[in-house]
Order: sequence, then structure tokens, then C-alpha cells
Amino acid sequence: MLTVSIQKKLPHFQLQAAFQIKSETVILFGPSGSGKTTILNCIAGLTDPDTGEISLADTILFKSKKNKLPIQKRQVGYVFQDYALFPHMTVRKNIEYGAYDSLVTQQLMNLLRVHHLADKYPRQISGGEKQRIALARALATKPGVLLLDEPFSSLDEETKDECYHHLNRLKKEWNIPILLVTHDKQEAKKLGDRILSIREGQLKSLPPEAF
Amino acid sequence: MNFSPLTLSLQTAGIATLIVFLTAVPLARVISRKLFPGKSIVESLVLLPMVLPPTVVGFLLLYLFGNNGPIGKLLIEWFGIQIVFSWLGAVIAAIAVSFPLMYQSASASFSNYDPQIEQAALTMGASKWKVFFTISFPLAWPGLLAGFVLTFARALGEFGATLMLAGYIPGKTDTIPLAIYFAVESGNMEAARLWVFIILALGFSSILWLNWWSKKNILRFQSEK
Repeated sequence: MLTVSIQKKLPHFQLQAAFQIKSETVILFGPSGSGKTTILNCIAGLTDPDTGEISLADTILFKSKKNKLPIQKRQVGYVFQDYALFPHMTVRKNIEYGAYDSLVTQQLMNLLRVHHLADKYPRQISGGEKQRIALARALATKPGVLLLDEPFSSLDEETKDECYHHLNRLKKEWNIPILLVTHDKQEAKKLGDRILSIREGQLKSLPPEAF
Repeated sequence: MNFSPLTLSLQTAGIATLIVFLTAVPLARVISRKLFPGKSIVESLVLLPMVLPPTVVGFLLLYLFGNNGPIGKLLIEWFGIQIVFSWLGAVIAAIAVSFPLMYQSASASFSNYDPQIEQAALTMGASKWKVFFTISFPLAWPGLLAGFVLTFARALGEFGATLMLAGYIPGKTDTIPLAIYFAVESGNMEAARLWVFIILALGFSSILWLNWWSKKNILRFQSEK
């Protein structure tokens, strides 16, 4: 379970976020610049909240700027908006980079059907393929939580549907909290068990039906 | 024909380039992504030797490393090392004038890729050192190598600061640029022509190679569309 309760002053507003995620997919839905990515970055440790607490199961990730876990030890799988694949490594090396063991690498490559891409470089594969590699790479570390920052925003409709399908399958097999940021209503509906709507740093919980 | 200027020049420039590479690259990596008060002052100081006349650099080095200078005095007292009129003086002069070139190339190379790539590696559990050696360094490598070649070429061509700090002692501090100057001064045009030709060949081939290499490598990581 991921528990977040943080405050952070951003240039135009105060970010306030308090929520819990069990083994489910929660959508963080809101317009650009509403603080969505900042929340993910706080969880991953790429930036610090001003005050608050973040914990994953029994591990405290953040309690104060002096009492926090370094990024490397947080066990957070993060899929960035532009994927941030390592351009100088093959697909296989990308996935193996932080992999827990070679078994999990194999398993993920099977699950996401990316075997045929193993020896290619990121520049040689399509957007949808990159997306799957980024997902496989993030999960290969066996994270305790998966964060996805608008992971499908640059894909065409057909590829999106395929990726939704993959994510839904992963969700069943992996059974960890998933927090997905998007500003696409359809996507939120299709993927989310719950939806947290965010506007100018303020969170509001919505059931998917309310959309 | 005495070939000591050639070996001396290659040695001086080689060692200076190595030292500059090992110091400027980490410094650039640390400074380029950080925002701190006084950052522009630090960067201006680092780049200053690029715009100063070499005689001014030489004058300052002479002040610092002279036998009565704050650093020179300590070196003599502690290690018995004299910088002025020595081969080491030539190395130090070459370091001072070529450092900004390496720093600038390295700084540009480290700003050239998406910082999220490094952040991704951190979230995957990699230590900062692992990130530097497996991500930052390889991604910056084409630019770093370009900086390395430019640094070497600049160190090889250093004249003013070297003359002021190391002087002209045949067989000891006579690098090629100094040898040219003193050959012309003593009317030995034949020797001067030879050294000029060698410097031209070295400079031209390094720039030619650099151009070829960067054309080949600059597109390396961009998508094939």
C-alpha cells in the first residue's frame, strides 16, 4: 500500500495531496501544470515535498528533508512521459539495467512480447514499442509501486488500445499499486479503478462512473 | 636537427590534456546541472583564461608559481620542486590556457541529453557513480572527445604563458611554438619552416579528424526516421 500525504509550494499554487493506493490502478487526472508530475516525482524522490509523509508498505520514503530514503532504495518503478530509455543501450540492456534477476527480465519480455526487439536500439523502434520497453524496464526492478507519467500521450489510438491491454494484463499479474497520470478522460475511464482529479494542486476523489 | 621540441611538445601537451580532462570533466558535470548562488561567477572564472592575453595568464601564473609566489614557495619548501624555468612550468601553462576549452565542451555535452535519462537510472537503483559511468559519460562521450582533441591542440600551441613561466631553455622547455619564435629570431628560417610545417600538420589533421568523427557520431542516438 502506498500512502501519500504531502504539501509543497509550487510557483502558482500550493500542492496538497493525501491519498492511499492499494493493489489497484489509480488515475491522477487533471490539466497540464496542475501538479500531477510533481506528485510522482515526490514519491520517486526526484524532488522533495516541503512537509508531509510518504510510505510504501512499512517503509517510510519521506518524512522530512533530513529523514528520507534515497531514490535508489525506494523501489519505485517509474515510466516517464518520453520514456527516457537509454539511447546507447539495446532494448535488452535497457531492461537488464536495474533488473532484479535474469528470470524477471525474461518473464517481462515474454509478457510484453518484446523478444524480437531485444537487440535493437531505442532509435530503431516505434513509439508503442518504446512504451512497452519503458514499462518492462520499470517493472524489472520488482518495484513496490509503479508510477506512469502520461505514458500513452504520444501514441496513436490503435497503439494506445494495445498498450491499455498490456497494462491491464500486467496489473493482474503484478498486483502492486499503480499510479497513472493522464489528462485523457477516455484513458482514465478505461484504466482506472479509482480516479483522483487534481486542479491547481487540490485533489478530489471521483468514482469512474462520475466521469 | 634537434627533435627535442617535438617530443617535448607532445609530452607537455599530452600530460596537460590528461590532467585537464580528469579535472574539467567532473567539474563540468557537477556544475552544469546545479543552480547555486555565484554559479555564473565560478563559470566566468573558469572560462576567463580563454579571453585573456596569454601574457596575462603567464603573469598570473608567474605570480602564483614563482619562487616567492604563494604556491611556488610551498612547492620548493615541501617537495623541492621549482616550477619556473622548468618543464613542469610548460605543463602548467598549457593546463591553464586549455582548461576552459575542455570545460566548455564537457559542460555542453552534459547538458545535451535529457536529464530524465539519468533520473530513470536512479529510480532503477543505480548508484550515482554507476549512473555517471554507464549513462552520463557514454552519452556525453562524443562531445568529451571533441573537447579532448581541442584541448590537446590548444596545449600544443601554447606560447605566451609558457614563455613567461617556463622560459626558453633548449632541451628543457623549448616546445615547438617557442622553437619557432627563437629560430626566426636567430635567422634560422629552415628550422622555423620545419616546425611550422609540423604544427600545421598536427593541427590540420586533428581538426579534420574531429570534423569527420562528429559528423559520424552526432546523429548516433537520434531516431531513424
